[in-house]
Formats: sequence, C-alpha cells, structure tokens
Amino acid sequence: MTVAPVSRPVSPARPSGAVLRRGLGIIASGAREQPWWLAGAVLGAVLWAGATVATAWAIGHLTDTVIAPAIRAGQVSTGGLAAIFGLLMAILVVNVTGVVLRRVLATVAGFNLQALYRQRVTRQYLRLPLTWHHRHPSGQLLSNAHSDVEATWQVFNPLPMALGVVVMLVIAGGQMVMIDPVLAVIGLLVFPALLAANLVYQRAMSPKVTRAQQLRAEVSEVAHESFEAALVVKAMGREERESSRFTGVTNTLRDSLIDVGRTRGVFEPAIEAIPTLGTLAVLGVGTARVANADLGAAEVVQVAYLFSLLAFPVRALGWVLAEIPRSVVGHQRVSAVLQAQGAMPHGEAQLGADGPAAARAREMDFAYRVEVGSVQSAWGQPAATGQVLPDTRVEQVPVIRQVDLDVERGSTVALVGPTGSGKSTLASLLVRMVDPDSGRVEIDGVDLRTLRPGGVSDVASLVSQQTFMFDDTVAGNVALGGDFDRAQIEHALDVAQARSFVAELPEGLDTQVGERGGTLSGGQRQRIALARAVVRHPRLLVLDDATSAVDPTVEQQILHALRRSSEGTTVLVVAYRMATILLADQVVYVERGRVVDKGDHDELLGRCEGYANLVEAYSRETAHRVGLQQEARR
Amino acid sequence: MTAAAPQSTIAASSELSTRDTLRRGLELSPELLRGLAVTVLLALLATGGRVMIPFVVQQTTDHGILAPGGPDVRFVWTAIALAAAAVAVTSTAQYLVNVRLFTAAESGLATLRRKAFRHIHDLSVLTQSTERRGALVSRVTSDVDTISMFVQFGGLMLLISTAQILVATVLMVIYSPPLAGVVYLCFLPLVLLVRRFQPMLGRAYGQVRARVGDMLGAISESVVGAVAIRAYGVERRTEAKIDTAIEAHRRAAIRAQSRSVLAFSSGQTFAGLTLAVVLVVGTVLASQGRMTLGELLAFLFLVNLFTQPVLMATEILNELQNAVAGWRRVIGIIDTPADVSDPGSAGTHQRRGAISVDFSGVGYAYPEGPPVLSEVTLRIEPHSRVAIVGETGSGKTTMAKLLTRLMDPTTGAITIDGDPLPQISFDSLRRRVVMVPQEGFLFDEPLIENIRYGRPDADDEQVALALTELGLDAWVQTLPHGLSTEVGQRGESLSAGERQLVALARAYLADPDLLVLDEATSAVDPATEVRIQRALEGLTQGRTSVAIAHRLSTAEAADVVVVLDRGAVVQIGSHRSLVAQPGVYADLYASWAAQQRDQVTPQEAT
Repeated sequence: MTVAPVSRPVSPARPSGAVLRRGLGIIASGAREQPWWLAGAVLGAVLWAGATVATAWAIGHLTDTVIAPAIRAGQVSTGGLAAIFGLLMAILVVNVTGVVLRRVLATVAGFNLQALYRQRVTRQYLRLPLTWHHRHPSGQLLSNAHSDVEATWQVFNPLPMALGVVVMLVIAGGQMVMIDPVLAVIGLLVFPALLAANLVYQRAMSPKVTRAQQLRAEVSEVAHESFEAALVVKAMGREERESSRFTGVTNTLRDSLIDVGRTRGVFEPAIEAIPTLGTLAVLGVGTARVANADLGAAEVVQVAYLFSLLAFPVRALGWVLAEIPRSVVGHQRVSAVLQAQGAMPHGEAQLGADGPAAARAREMDFAYRVEVGSVQSAWGQPAATGQVLPDTRVEQVPVIRQVDLDVERGSTVALVGPTGSGKSTLASLLVRMVDPDSGRVEIDGVDLRTLRPGGVSDVASLVSQQTFMFDDTVAGNVALGGDFDRAQIEHALDVAQARSFVAELPEGLDTQVGERGGTLSGGQRQRIALARAVVRHPRLLVLDDATSAVDPTVEQQILHALRRSSEGTTVLVVAYRMATILLADQVVYVERGRVVDKGDHDELLGRCEGYANLVEAYSRETAHRVGLQQEARR
Repeated sequence: MTAAAPQSTIAASSELSTRDTLRRGLELSPELLRGLAVTVLLALLATGGRVMIPFVVQQTTDHGILAPGGPDVRFVWTAIALAAAAVAVTSTAQYLVNVRLFTAAESGLATLRRKAFRHIHDLSVLTQSTERRGALVSRVTSDVDTISMFVQFGGLMLLISTAQILVATVLMVIYSPPLAGVVYLCFLPLVLLVRRFQPMLGRAYGQVRARVGDMLGAISESVVGAVAIRAYGVERRTEAKIDTAIEAHRRAAIRAQSRSVLAFSSGQTFAGLTLAVVLVVGTVLASQGRMTLGELLAFLFLVNLFTQPVLMATEILNELQNAVAGWRRVIGIIDTPADVSDPGSAGTHQRRGAISVDFSGVGYAYPEGPPVLSEVTLRIEPHSRVAIVGETGSGKTTMAKLLTRLMDPTTGAITIDGDPLPQISFDSLRRRVVMVPQEGFLFDEPLIENIRYGRPDADDEQVALALTELGLDAWVQTLPHGLSTEVGQRGESLSAGERQLVALARAYLADPDLLVLDEATSAVDPATEVRIQRALEGLTQGRTSVAIAHRLSTAEAADVVVVLDRGAVVQIGSHRSLVAQPGVYADLYASWAAQQRDQVTPQEAT
C-alpha cells in the first residue's frame, strides 16, 4: 500500500513532575525485583567512589610523607618509591574491582529485568484472545516485546553509579559544610539547579520520546506487514510503492529522533556546565570571603577541591534523570499489554476422553469488533502520525445470528453456505477460538466456558482454511510436542495422503518446514495440517474447507481414509463439494450468519433454493456448456 | 540451456572486518559524513573549552587564591569570567556538535533502513524464505537501532576524546618530555590489548544480534500463528520456545557486556598504573632537582587530563563493536545477491497488447531436491484461455511461478513474445503479466485500497466499476461499510473466500495482458465461482489467461487444457477432445464428475 498506517492517538504531555515520579517508581519496582544484583552494583560503585576519593587523599599523603621529604633531601629511597607504588596500586585494585562489580552487576540486573518483562509480555500474547490480536498489528507487538522493554530498563545502566556516589556526596558535602557553611550552601545549590533543569527537560522530552517509541513500533508494523506480503508485492511489481510507504514512516521516525536528540543535546551540556559553574561560584564567593578575612585561602582551595568531587554525583544523577522519559514511555507501552483485559474465562471442568463428542450451539450470536476512526487513510498522503485522532468508536459487525446447531455424537455434519456466510466463524466458535456474544456452545453438554484451559483442544481438533506451519520439521508440525511416535505420525500422514510426498522431501519427516522451509505447496501444507489433527484421534474434528487446495482424486482418498480412521469421531466439515457433502449424515445450510435449513442432502436439494444453487452450480454449468455446444453445432 | 544458479541464502551477518564494515557502512549511508568538517571543528572548539576550564580553575587556585601576599582578587575574577565564557562557548559548541551528529546519524541510518528494506523485497522468493519474518524485521529495526544508539552517544565523545588526547599530549610534552614519554610507554600495552579485544567483542556482540533475530522470529510466530496455537492448545510449548530464545539472548547480552567491562577495566588499570609510575619517576626526577614539586603535581593534573579521554575512547571502541555487529547484520542482507534480478532499464521494454508465451525444455528442481518440472515445451497462444490441471504436486504452481518470473528455471528457457524472460525489465513484465497466488495477502487497509493496489492511479469509480464487471458489487453491498470496510490485519475480517474475491478484483483492475490464476477461487463457493468465471470469460475476451485449478469447471471453460503429470506435460488439447481419450485427464475428470454426482442434464443454468 502507498499509505502508512494511521497511528494511534498520542496522549497529551504529562506534567513533568509526574514523569519524574513515575520514573522513580519504575526504578524502585526494578530494584525490588533484582535487589541483590543491584545492591552488589551499588557496592561496587561505593568501592569505586571510595577509591577515587582515596586516590586524591593518597597523593596528598604521599606528597607529605615521601615526596616532599625526598625532594628536600635530594634523594629518594627504594622503600619510599615502593610505598608510593604500593599504596596507589592497592587503591587501584579496589577501584577496578569496584568498577567491574558496578558495571557487570548493573548489566546483569538490567538484562534480567528485560528478560523477565519480555517473558511476561509474550505470555500475555499467548493468553489474550484472538479478538485482542485482531486489534493489534503484529509488528507493533514485536516492538512492544523488544524495543519498549529495552527502553524501560536502560535506566538501570547509569543507576548504580548514581546510587554509589551518594557516598561521595555525603563525605564531600559533609566536609564542605564543616569547613565553611556559606560556601557549602553555594556549592550545594548545584543540586536544585540540576533538578530545575531536569524538570524542564522532562517536560520537553516526554512527548518527543513517546512519539519516537510509537514511531519505532510503526516502522516495525509496516516492515512486518510488508514482508508478509512479499509474494504479492513481487507478483504485482509493487516494490517501489512498498519502499515509499516504508520511507515515509522511516523518515518520520528519523525526524522524531532528531527532535529528541536536539532536546537531549541541550540538557547534556547543561549537566556538564552546572558543576563547573558551581566551582566558579565557589571560587568567586570564596575569594570574596577571603578578602573579607572570613576565611583562609587554603580553605577555599579545599572546598573547591571537595566540590570537584561533587561533580561526579551531579553528572551521574543527570544521566539517570536523562534516561527517565524514555523509561517511562517504554513502561507505559509495556504496561498496556501487561494490563490488557479480555482473556477468555475458564473453569475447572474437564471433558471425558472416550468416544465421539456431541457438540451443540444454542442461540448463538457473534459480531466482530472493529475500531473505526473518522480519519480515513488518504491516498498518497504521508502518515499523519502523532496527530490526535478523535475518539475511535468500536463497531459491531454481526456475523452469526441466533444460530442453533446440533452435531450428534459420532455423526458427520456438513456445513454449507455461500462465501462470507459465516461458516468459518461458526467452526471456530464450536472449538472455542472465540466466545459467542450471547448464547452458548456445549460439548457433551458442558458449556465450553466452564472448561479448564486446554479443555477444548484436548478433545477437539480444528483444521482451519489457512494452514500455519510452525518453524519445525514435518514430524514436529504433526506432533506439536505431543507424545506420538514415528509410527503414529506416519499413519496420520497416511490418512492425509501425505506420506508419499513427505518421503520424497530432502530429509523426509525431518525436513524443516515453516517460515524457513517455505517450498511446500498449499495442498501439501493442508495435508500436513490434516495429519496434525488426525494424529490426536480427536473426539470432535472440525474441518474448515481443509481440502480446498487438494485435487479431487486425493480429496476423495482423504475423505475415505478419514471415514475409516475416525470411527469414533464426530466430524463437522465445511464443504462445497458434493462428494464431501454426501459423506455427511446431515447438512446444515447457512446464509448470512443464520441457519436457513437443515436435513439430509436430498431433502435440502428439494426444498432449499439457495442450497440447490450452490451444490449444483458446477453440474449446471457443465450442462449449460454442453447445451451451448450442442446449439452451436446445429 | 541455463545452468542451475546457486541459490543465495540470507547470511546471518556479513563477514567483514571492523574497518571494512565501517567503510561499507559509510558507503551505504553517505549522510553520515555530511558536514563532518564543520562538526569536527566545533568538536575541537568544545574540546578546547573542556581542557581549558580545569586549567583555568587550576591557575585560579594556584596563582589567584594562593597568590603570595593574599588572594589576587582581580586575577580571580578575570579568570572566573574567562572560565564562565569558556563554559558558555563549550556548551554551545557541544550542543551544535550534538545536533549535527544526531542529524547526520539519523539521516544516514534512515537511508540504511530504506536500502535494507528495498533489498529484502528484491531478493528472490526462495531467498526470502530462508529467514523468518520476525528476524527480517529485526534487520531494519533493532539492528539499525543499535547503530543509532552508538552514533548518537559514541560518535561525539569519540571526536571530543581524540581531540582532548591530542591537546593533553601537547601540554604534557611542553611540561615534561620525559614524563610524557613515561605516560605513553605505560599506555602502549593498552593499545595492543584493545586491538586483541576488538574481534572477540565483535563476535560476542554478533551473537547478541543473532539472538535478537531468533527472539523476534519466535515471538512473531506466536503472534501470526495465534489461531493454530490456540486450536491445538500448544500455548505452553510455544511459551517454552520463546522463553528459550529470551534466555539465550539474555545470556549472550550479559556475556558481551561483561567482556566489554573487562576490556574497559583493563583501561582503568593502565590509567592507575600510569599514575603510580609517573609519580614514582617524577619523584626521582624531582629529588634530582630536575623538577619542582609544584610542577610534578601540575603534571599529575595533566595525566588526568590525558587519561580520562583515553578511557572514554576505550569504552567507545568497545561500544563500537556493538554497533558494528548490528551493521554487519544489515550489510549482510544488503549484500545478499538477488537471484532473480531485474534487468531494469537495461532490459527489454515490451509494448502492451496480445501476448504469447513459449516454454522450451523448461525444467525446475528446488535446490537439493528432485525435479518438479522436466522438459516442458509448450506455447501459449495470444488470446487463448489456458487451464493447467494435474494432480497435487504435479508442478502446476511451479509453472505459474516460472511464467511470472518469481523463479528462474534450472533448465530450458521461457520467452514472452520472443523476448527471453530474464531480459525483460520487471517494470514491463509486471504490467503485462499479473498472477493471483493461491493465498492472496490483504493489507490492513479499507477494501477499496486493497483493490486499488492493482492499479494505484485508479480512482474510486474505476474500482467500483471493476467490481461491477466481475459481478461482485452485490457482495460488496453486504459488507458493513461497503468499499470503505476495513479488512483487518491480513484481511482477517473477511472470510478466506472473500479474500480471494478481493485478490481477484485487484488483479483484474491491474488489467494485464496475461492473467495467471493459481487456484484463485479455491475457497469460494461453487455458485460464486461459476459466476466469476463467466464474468472473467466475458471480460478477458481477447486476452490471454492461464488458470490453474483443481475444480475442473475451469478446464471446461478453457480453450486449451494442459495436463501435467509428475512434472511433465502429458496431454494438451481442448476439454472435449481430452475427455474423450483415455488418459490422465479423463481419469481426473471422472473423479471430478463423480463428485458432482453426474447430474449432467441440459437444464437452464440460473
């Protein structure tokens, strides 16, 4: 497509204090989850900070005790030199240990948190129902799981340093106050200055970073959809169009990142400048106080030196604060997934394991929910991202209306209807892919909503129209981790008439299929999907046009084999072909989401016009042609 | 006879060295170097400030406050004013450098994303299928983001650090050449160590990038295969797979970062070592009267000025490996050759009009697989309707893919109007030949846009007209918003049959000279299919069409039926003639007819 997806609304900029508070809250929650690693990192930071201060002290000490005397004496002893070297190296060991501890443990804490949150997010993806997935583009979900989680926890990298150098703050600040409170106050003014600068920064950054993360997700969306569509793009020669669609959203991301950079570019020099200006202020005021004889010159120098030690905590704090907007945005986006509602309810009930199942639907209604905004995708216009959309409404599109359906135990029911009449939706309702809006679905008299998780898939198998191959071998795709031996898998492939072509694959059953083995034809994939259903000996088998890509001869063989092997199975088959319908005990004819008629084939043929039109279309067409040709020959 | 071309697979990442990766990276993103001269000058200015300020502070302390005879207030205030000015200049310069770097970096990386994206589409269908969708997405998102983060923070600091090292060196040499020599001697081993570390780090970060790709691939599968996962209750299993991928990434990331820290701490060690050695040597020199205490202490200050940027540079070089790893992944994609490539403007540009296709001895075998097609020789005449039938796996779809040049044959040649297929520019080919694949993909857009994809410059009326001509307008009325109905991701809001109708309408709107339909109505109900077939017949009057189908009603409607059996053409002729002879077609048709229960009576069709 030429247009980029219309983006979701951007919430208005929050007050900057709120961002800071939320950021600190996120840090605190992270600290609670990884307390030991973080504590270790802080310990490392303390060691490093201490060693840094100690180095300065050591130089002073060595100057007094070794160097100055050596200079006065005109010579220096080996012992003296050893003392210099030894003391400094000892402090260095502590220093480096501290650095290693600080950085490695901070890394571990950060990545642990990332992994934890990724697990939680992906669990949600598996837990949330299909209706939720319909509303969220795949590319965005990828971005949530990866980029947003990363953004949330990047703040942990500079964190230990900021926490550790509090020690320096205490030591240096305390000493400063003891020497001269006035100068100390001047110096410590640096912190409120930093905070003020940061609040302004947060307010400016927040909306920009929000937009940037959103755009990252959009880039992911466009890319994912485009790569899924790769065949169509190629077949229709639309590479250029796809390229310009992608370029559009990429350029918007670029501009937004530059915007972010611009703002950050103002703040970072400020972090550097504030401590320096503080030093200058201390020197200036200090000199004035010395001139007034309130203070000694050496003391001013000392305060200035102590102040230079404060520069570290100021900068470290600054870095942490600079990461907060991104962290808050990432957390927001991740939370949206973690707090999403709508998981299908489950109970404790379990269905029996033997014999064919009976399925029933009573007064079932189902409608698709579609989000509709009033901003249409305009032809050829670049994405209007960041634009606040008017309230999106959720529309209901009724698909199933007041359907009653009975699939008797051990019977085969054919579900017939024109394109778009809701057959697939009905099939998926019966195996609880989605829940009906009203009415109920039962298997063996048990409402599906009261079953425990996995209760339906234990007894029922659905072969859907669009086959999905997992990134696994043929055997893996059939077994899906179930406890089946090779013989059983091969038998299932046999029933699906897939054994011969699988044998001819480069590695037979162990050939890799799925996204990275995409050279199977549609018919071959369908048959593997059939084997997947059959190997489990389901009590209820639902086939949604599961042989559409297979030629008539093979389809017949499949149907007969199924018949033989599924003696104990109830089958619901969505069908068009007469031969399939004839295998059924009962036919249910649907149109526009309603059950129009049911009975056996002959009855329906006689009394239901829609049904007759459908199933006889081919033979009538053939007759029509024959008739025309006979006409032509006369 | 064309020999089988080796099929390219997508490399996990390119194998270039760090230097070559950077070179290729700059080649692909020329914007990175835009305005570099000015940026460097500004960086030097900022560096000057950064070096000057501590210097001034030092001087203020030594000669201002600690001046013999009480503080030299004027000196102090002058110095402070100077320093404040320097802060202002430095900050401004730093800001400008930041912005310039950001702009250059992001522009360059946007270009990189675009090139990688486009190249992925240029790769042949087979090559694309060697990598998971999620992993492909990571090449244009996460891998590029890695580079982005580095260039933003590392680029600037590398510039400034290098400048600072130079300035500090100059100052050190001025102050005390012997001690300057000591400093460099102490740091020399570090340089060698850093050199050794780089490739190790490169590998470690490369692993991280690969694990990210795996992770995104696994997550993507769980999202795209949501239905199958729920249908078979394999959430746990899928969860486990994803968890494994996440864990592998976590391990790799921690390992890489730990190595980086080790590399950094070696720099820290050398810095400390240098300080100690300088102090020792300096004490010796001072005790021999070659240096004053004040000078020694001042030199320590310079050592610090030198050490800090060296450490920073070491850190950045380590981070560089991370960026390089990401770069390698992206370059790996861009440098994957496109097997089935577009001759482009150098190719033939054909005129529109009646089209004929010739297959001469065409054969195809998948890499390391048995031949799927062999020795196919046939001619598709202009204005003819051809049906290709055969059992599943007989090579029908392969023929369609060869015909539309989604793949190149391993033996033989295909010509269109006498021009060899590989020589025709894609632009021309795709306009003349359009294929409707078995599983048509729809975009998350309104229905009308999806159809308009066939001919982007068509207006709304033309789209509506196309639907009317195909007899689909009644169906569109049944949709909640008609043509403006959103079809959802992958067209999920529509049924499979409806999606095929849309794909058909799309191809029809494209108005090609040759329409290739690969099972394009397999999910559509018989009545609708018959209607469409009739409509198509009327509409493609005078056009050439090739239809592959299992439903032999298609064959009945065709002028010529081509029968494939195990990759070879066994029969060609009209339906009437073929059905009368014993052979593969007769058998196929018999099965088909059996399915329709033989109600062949000359009733009037509706």
